[in-house]
Amino acid sequence: MAPLSSSFIAIISISIVGFYMQFGDCNNGRRVVDNVESDITGFSVPLEHSFEVDDVPRFRARGNIQLKAGRENGVFLSQALLSEKDRSLLKDVAAVDGLYRIRVPRVSLQSDRQTDRQLEGYLTAFIRACSLVESHLSDVITLHTDVSGYLIGVSIVTVPSACRGAEVEDEVDLEIFNTTIGVMAPVNAPAPETALYIEKMEQEMDKKGKPQEQKSFFAKYWYLILGGAVFLMATSSAQPPAGGAREQS
Amino acid sequence: MAGQLAGFTVSLCLLGFTVAVFEDQVGKFDWRQQFVGEVQFALFDTHSQASKKLLVATEKNIFASLNSRTGELFWRHVDKMGPEGHIDMLLMHGQDAVVVVGNGRLLRSWETTVGGLNWETVLDTGSFQSAAFIGLQDLVKYVAVLKKSAISLHYLSNGHQKWVENLPESDTVQYQTVYSGGNGQVFVLGVVPNSHIVIVEYNIEDGEIMKQNSVAAPWMSSLKSSCVVVGIGVLLCVDPTTESIYTLPLQSEEQTKMTPILLQTLGLEMASGFQPVLMSTQPHPARPPLSEFFLQLGPDHHILLQLKDGHISALRDFNPSYLVSFATTGEKTVAAVMSPKNETACSINLFSADTGRRLLDTTIIYYMDPNGGKPTKLYVHAFLKKDDSVGYRVLVQTEDLVLNFLQQPGRVVWTREEALADVVTMEMVDLPLTGTQAELEGEFGKKADGLLPMVLKRLSSQLILLQAWLSHLWKLFYDARKPRSHVKNEVTIETLSRDEFNLQKMMVMVTASGKNNLKPCLFGIDSKSGAVLWKKYLENVQPNSVFKLMVQRTTAHFPHPPQCTLLIKDKDTGLGSLYVFNPIFGKKSHISVPALPRPVLQSLLLPLMDQDYAKVLLLIDDQYKVTAFPSTKNVLQQLQEMASSIFFYLVDASQGRLSGFRLRKDLSTELIWEVVIPTEVQKIVGVKGKRANEHVHSQGRVMGDRSVLYKYLNPNLLAVVTESTDSHQERSFVGIFLIDGVTGRIVHEAVQRKARGPVHFVHSENWVVYVYWNTKSRRNEFSVLELFEGMELYNSTVFSSLDRPHPPQVLQQSYIFPSHISTLEATLTEKGITSRHLLVGLPSGAIMSLPKMFLDPRRPEVGSDQSREENLIPYSPEMMIRTEWFINYNQTVSRVRGIYTAPSGLESTCLVVAYGLDIYQTRVYPSKQFDVLKDDYDYVLISSVLLGLFFATMISKRLAEVKLLNRAWR
Repeated sequence: MAPLSSSFIAIISISIVGFYMQFGDCNNGRRVVDNVESDITGFSVPLEHSFEVDDVPRFRARGNIQLKAGRENGVFLSQALLSEKDRSLLKDVAAVDGLYRIRVPRVSLQSDRQTDRQLEGYLTAFIRACSLVESHLSDVITLHTDVSGYLIGVSIVTVPSACRGAEVEDEVDLEIFNTTIGVMAPVNAPAPETALYIEKMEQEMDKKGKPQEQKSFFAKYWYLILGGAVFLMATSSAQPPAGGAREQS
Repeated sequence: MAGQLAGFTVSLCLLGFTVAVFEDQVGKFDWRQQFVGEVQFALFDTHSQASKKLLVATEKNIFASLNSRTGELFWRHVDKMGPEGHIDMLLMHGQDAVVVVGNGRLLRSWETTVGGLNWETVLDTGSFQSAAFIGLQDLVKYVAVLKKSAISLHYLSNGHQKWVENLPESDTVQYQTVYSGGNGQVFVLGVVPNSHIVIVEYNIEDGEIMKQNSVAAPWMSSLKSSCVVVGIGVLLCVDPTTESIYTLPLQSEEQTKMTPILLQTLGLEMASGFQPVLMSTQPHPARPPLSEFFLQLGPDHHILLQLKDGHISALRDFNPSYLVSFATTGEKTVAAVMSPKNETACSINLFSADTGRRLLDTTIIYYMDPNGGKPTKLYVHAFLKKDDSVGYRVLVQTEDLVLNFLQQPGRVVWTREEALADVVTMEMVDLPLTGTQAELEGEFGKKADGLLPMVLKRLSSQLILLQAWLSHLWKLFYDARKPRSHVKNEVTIETLSRDEFNLQKMMVMVTASGKNNLKPCLFGIDSKSGAVLWKKYLENVQPNSVFKLMVQRTTAHFPHPPQCTLLIKDKDTGLGSLYVFNPIFGKKSHISVPALPRPVLQSLLLPLMDQDYAKVLLLIDDQYKVTAFPSTKNVLQQLQEMASSIFFYLVDASQGRLSGFRLRKDLSTELIWEVVIPTEVQKIVGVKGKRANEHVHSQGRVMGDRSVLYKYLNPNLLAVVTESTDSHQERSFVGIFLIDGVTGRIVHEAVQRKARGPVHFVHSENWVVYVYWNTKSRRNEFSVLELFEGMELYNSTVFSSLDRPHPPQVLQQSYIFPSHISTLEATLTEKGITSRHLLVGLPSGAIMSLPKMFLDPRRPEVGSDQSREENLIPYSPEMMIRTEWFINYNQTVSRVRGIYTAPSGLESTCLVVAYGLDIYQTRVYPSKQFDVLKDDYDYVLISSVLLGLFFATMISKRLAEVKLLNRAWR
């Protein structure tokens, strides 16, 4: 992610803030939702979705987000196929430009005890149902955490995310979610970069310092002065014949 | 390399961000007004007859001297904000003014002519109760300061402490008053509520307790509100329950019981439920007070009484009377009484204090402003005229903090609008077009009715224009013959019209409501001169309200008048109300305003307009129902059509919850997204979107290699700033969240470690700049975030939050700033072509115009050819404060609280108003005046060159023709 071209990075060797995104696998959704809890190290969070023609949210399970406790672990999403009924419903919702919503409970990814994890309420996000249909169920879900590891928000986008009114074949394209899921933690904002600057200044000082230490005028140009003196002596001693010679030539 | 670098930087600086003014431009485009705030103490210098000094100490912790002839400030001392700098007492003797500051923390003596400090003494701790001059044998030598548990006496000449004594039984007795009649004793009076009064008598010389006495007074709760010392040491107290006045001689030996005098025996009756107030006067601190005193029996009822040989007699009854005051000049003491005359005017009269007789020819008529408040305080400056009669001037302060200085027979010498010391929000509105311009504009507004009428209309309006031009020329000619001083452009509401470049605007300012039952005021101020053109006192507003000012219709839609709406929201209950007015004339509009029975959570000014060109204001209540204003059929229909694309957000800082809603067709709403930032870790301190009238001219930045880096210009982006709840210097942090206000998508989150507030931030274009305090390095730091889409735009024609799948690239860089800052704002211009500057209000009173160029996260550590091509300044961690960046040169703006920027008709020019205690208006030119010819532009040269060229072409053409002819003949 963070498509920064290398030339761009070369130009600005300042702090480029990328996203700490840890992307999990884009599963094929064939796994069954129910027996995922067995993972020992991680824990799972239900991901729910809602799409209704009357636009009153009625959330039902879409899948399970498996999170490994601790910082460096990835995140996986396992989700079921869309049923026949849901597929037609999704198309209907898309036809009336309804919303497709998802929600996750507020949990902490950091704390170890299950009781501490859960907080009151849900985090919700939405996209237009038509964009989900037209992108053939390929979406990107990002979970955002704060510094202490609490989930603070969830976002969903589809790629492409525009609604152009393209026709979608029901059976083939609307069965499997092609989901990319990631966790985004806050990045550390840079503090003023003093160390490098001081180093640079010192280097400049060194450069400046050197010529000042150099030798005196005579020490520096002794060879020129000597050469000049020799030349003068030579010319003054050999002047009359040289003059004559020049005339002759 | 280094030389190159240095040269580059120097040349960049020379290229010029200098915004300094030339000496002859001082005051030409800018003005400053200085205020003092609500007057708490005001004293006239009665030392000499010709003195013009008026000393004031105010609620804003300011001690100042005003010129009583003009109302201008001689000098002003601005002390610390809050209780630390609060002025407890102001006393004046001769040339010196003695001030007690900060709940008895400091005792200061000021020289009043130049405002220099004579001396300052730090007092012992203890809450301040009272202070008084102590005189001995007609000489005032000491000042006594009474604290909760001690009394101290200081020399007036140098502030040294003469003695300090602890008060007996100070844990039970509340000592409140100190009194001296100038005969060697100091009396300290205390009270044990509902029990007894304690009188302690000290010797002036050594502070020895001479006598201590307690007198039963079971009805008394506080001395301050109900007791005064009158005559030769007689304590008078008034008791509202028994409706009687108690007297107690302080110096007599037999101090056992207070003698009650029933008010009924004097033929007086008290207004029910009113706490009566006694007022006496002590013209000279070394002599006992006069035996005459005022008793206020009701809100509008005063009576002048006299105490003689233990008996009270009424001298004169003033019913009705608003305000009374004593004043002394020479040996004469007079009482000034303000009583109502009719609906709009009051009359002030002088009465002799010792007899109660009215003095002849002493009436001052005070006209009350129908848009202002009632008078609340009266200060009288009495003086002896040549014929030995008493003349006087009065200073009247009203509820809306207007200071009026009047002299006989009712002439207002000067007026000060002290409410402007507390501006909370403001807007700038374009002035209307002149009649002729409006006529021309109106032509396009009207419905077309055939070709011929249109032509005729056009001709007639052209004729009107011609006529206006001719009259303008005639006026110019006429004015040119008059001497300069006579041609004065008086600014009045009638003559207001837009100038050529829209540089003159109407500043609409709202002042604070709050302490002391202070109600807000609306002001209309001419931005060119600073003159107050109209004002409106909002009487029915609850104290402790917050305001949001919106311009619903600008002046561009003639003949519809411009319309501003002030949303007033009670801080406690959240209930709101709307005040709709015309910003040019200040008149309240007669448009029916929707009733808002439920607390208002959010307001939203849509770009949608009704058929009368008023922008639609949406108000969301606590049940997430939406009220539209105006709510005509047309508006509702438009809203129904647009409903699915109208989104709004709510922020609940107490729960850390940000939520997004979408409008439904029936004006209800649905929750569509939710972000919750746990309050246990961090709390939201600020949310800022972008300004609606902001334009961005360039979509991207051209880089050194000629490729374009496109900006992420999301108009719905919100910058949310949080501060950690943990304030430990290692663990505290400041969080920055960039959230899309439509989709709730967190575009970026960053944490500034080891940082703490107060955070000031600006969100504009594709960048956010914030300032925080670095707890580790103990310094202020600037940080800038810039968002870019990358080398390609996703959809270059239109931006939709719903269709931007790729997160932007975020660059960030931080800098050290060597000063605290008070406020931060960015310049704004008409089309956004001009480069941006940040306006930084510093606590020193300077306003710095900092080029955004210095806050650019792409500043390279080491300059390369490409970065030089792009004009990037090599990174240096420290941001210098250059004095030539101060836009207000020496016109410091005290306690600057906000900066407002507005575009003008000239792209290069941005109008700036800084407000705080003072108001300062100026113009800034962030990219210099590239669209204006200089003042010293050589018109003669250019026109002579043009003419010369013209004739040269004519002549050469002629010559060429002749030559051609000759050649043809040949």
